[in-house]
Amino acid sequence: MLGEGIIKGLAETGRNFLGSYFEPDRLVTVQYPEERLPAPETARTFPFLVYDGDDWQKGLRCVACQICEKECPPQCIYIVKDITKKPDYIGKLQFQPKVFDIDLSVCMSCQICVEVCPFDAIKMDVEFELSTTDRFGRLLLHKAELAKPNEYYHKIHPAEAAEVDARLAAEKAKALAKTQADAAGKSVSPKPALKPLAPASG
Amino acid sequence: MAEKLDQIFVQAKHELVRWLLCHVPGAWAEVLSALLSIATLLVAFAALFALTTLLERKGLGRIQNRYGPNRVGPFGLLQPVADGIKALTKEDVVPRAADQVVHFIAPLVLVVPVFLALAVLPVGRNMVVVDLDAGLLFFFAVGAATELSVFMAGWSSRNKYSLLGAMRAIAQMISYEVPLILSAVTVVMMAGSLSTVRIVEVQAGFSGWLPHWHVLTPWGLAGFLLFLIAAAAEANRCPFDLPEGESEIIAGYYIEYSGFKFALFFLGEYIGLFAVSGLAITLFLGGWTAPLPFVQWVPSYVWFFLKLLSLIAFFIWVRGTLPRLRMDQLMSFAWKFMLPLSLINLLAAGLWRFLPEGLTRWAFCSLLLAAAYIGLGRSLVQRRNLGRRTYRFAE
Repeated sequence: MLGEGIIKGLAETGRNFLGSYFEPDRLVTVQYPEERLPAPETARTFPFLVYDGDDWQKGLRCVACQICEKECPPQCIYIVKDITKKPDYIGKLQFQPKVFDIDLSVCMSCQICVEVCPFDAIKMDVEFELSTTDRFGRLLLHKAELAKPNEYYHKIHPAEAAEVDARLAAEKAKALAKTQADAAGKSVSPKPALKPLAPASG
Repeated sequence: MAEKLDQIFVQAKHELVRWLLCHVPGAWAEVLSALLSIATLLVAFAALFALTTLLERKGLGRIQNRYGPNRVGPFGLLQPVADGIKALTKEDVVPRAADQVVHFIAPLVLVVPVFLALAVLPVGRNMVVVDLDAGLLFFFAVGAATELSVFMAGWSSRNKYSLLGAMRAIAQMISYEVPLILSAVTVVMMAGSLSTVRIVEVQAGFSGWLPHWHVLTPWGLAGFLLFLIAAAAEANRCPFDLPEGESEIIAGYYIEYSGFKFALFFLGEYIGLFAVSGLAITLFLGGWTAPLPFVQWVPSYVWFFLKLLSLIAFFIWVRGTLPRLRMDQLMSFAWKFMLPLSLINLLAAGLWRFLPEGLTRWAFCSLLLAAAYIGLGRSLVQRRNLGRRTYRFAE
């Protein structure tokens, strides 16, 4: 009959209306500034620079190779190489950035810089409350603001950070073993010569 | 005591006029009295508008299992103030191609008539701005002026969406004006008067516990429902909000309005809703009369505003429930269902008037209306192809 559906619909919305007062589970809204949902493991906003140890300037993993700067699609990274070098995690002397700026108003959070970085120096942050009253000054982050300790990285992306740490430790151990072997083997035996290529059949 | 409380505003006005007359010539008495009534009405309904915007957002939120506004002030009660400040401080953009004068006047042409329409609504015992002999006629006459405003707004904006919205609005409002007035005519037939005050007086009184409201008769119930549907269409309320249609024509006729002019349109729309709801109350729900004999000590204006708020709540409920109609559905509903049913309702009201009191006229009128409802409803549903839709060009 005409109008039956309207009555049914009204009953449904009425049930929702009253239900929202008596069953708090119905209300899915998170009252944001007071309540927060934990960020998912894969959450990402803008990049930051990882450093090891306590001193951010000493421990910065970035070696100013400028790959991220070149790869960045919207060109939001600006790097100037320093002339002085500092040892990296293996102990090898590497360049360091004199200037490392990221313009958050340009960054599109694509994570390409993270993917191309061979030194695991740049990672994605989950900080999202970045609004400021100065859109030019405060959205251009400098090296000091970008540098964050490795512990922070562990806090925001535990699984990913553990994997990175394991890899770095393995590389370090390998490098250590190699230097030791080199030091020990210099006097003992030369490197085995490359295996000659098998003659081409046919 | 109850009597005093009921007439407290009337007495206060008389005292104020008497005090003012010590300072101004006596010939001004009527003007002063009218101005005081108008000022009170403006303030009361503007406050109700502010409250309704909040209640609507809260109610719709709850229907959708959300909280609704709850940030500004306790329970979000100050939200209308924040909205008002925002509307006042916004830039007023007028399109370069717009007809400047008409574009400027349109919101005023909407707001003035809807407030004028409030003048004939009795909001309480002895509480009406003007008791016109043809109050109902006056109401519909000024109510029709809103159509002009909508078309002015849509045409002067020089925007295709606003013009589409305005054309839809004209088609809709003129179509629904007919059942609106026809369903109101039944009450005029019964009360024998076009005066809104007289119509309320007819409905005062009780037989047993039941009040003499028109809605408690078969023709009254049918008339009330028809009136409500037509009122929703007149006020551009969901599900008849085609002229606005945010999702299809963005905002319809007021797309090119911003800042305070937009707020005026908003105000006009809501006041129009209050006015037409107030008229529904006056015609069918007994105006300011109490619903039960033993609660008559409650002041009359309290009853009027309680009924008004309930009707508004109902409109909000409907808005939260029904989707928007399509234009052809809207038109066929008006002309193929509402119009015949309201004509049959006129017949039922006539029968009710002339048949002897008793169960027979109840049965007769109810049967007539039920048969008409089912018959018309069935024909409306059968004409429509409710099966799988076929698309000529889209596939």
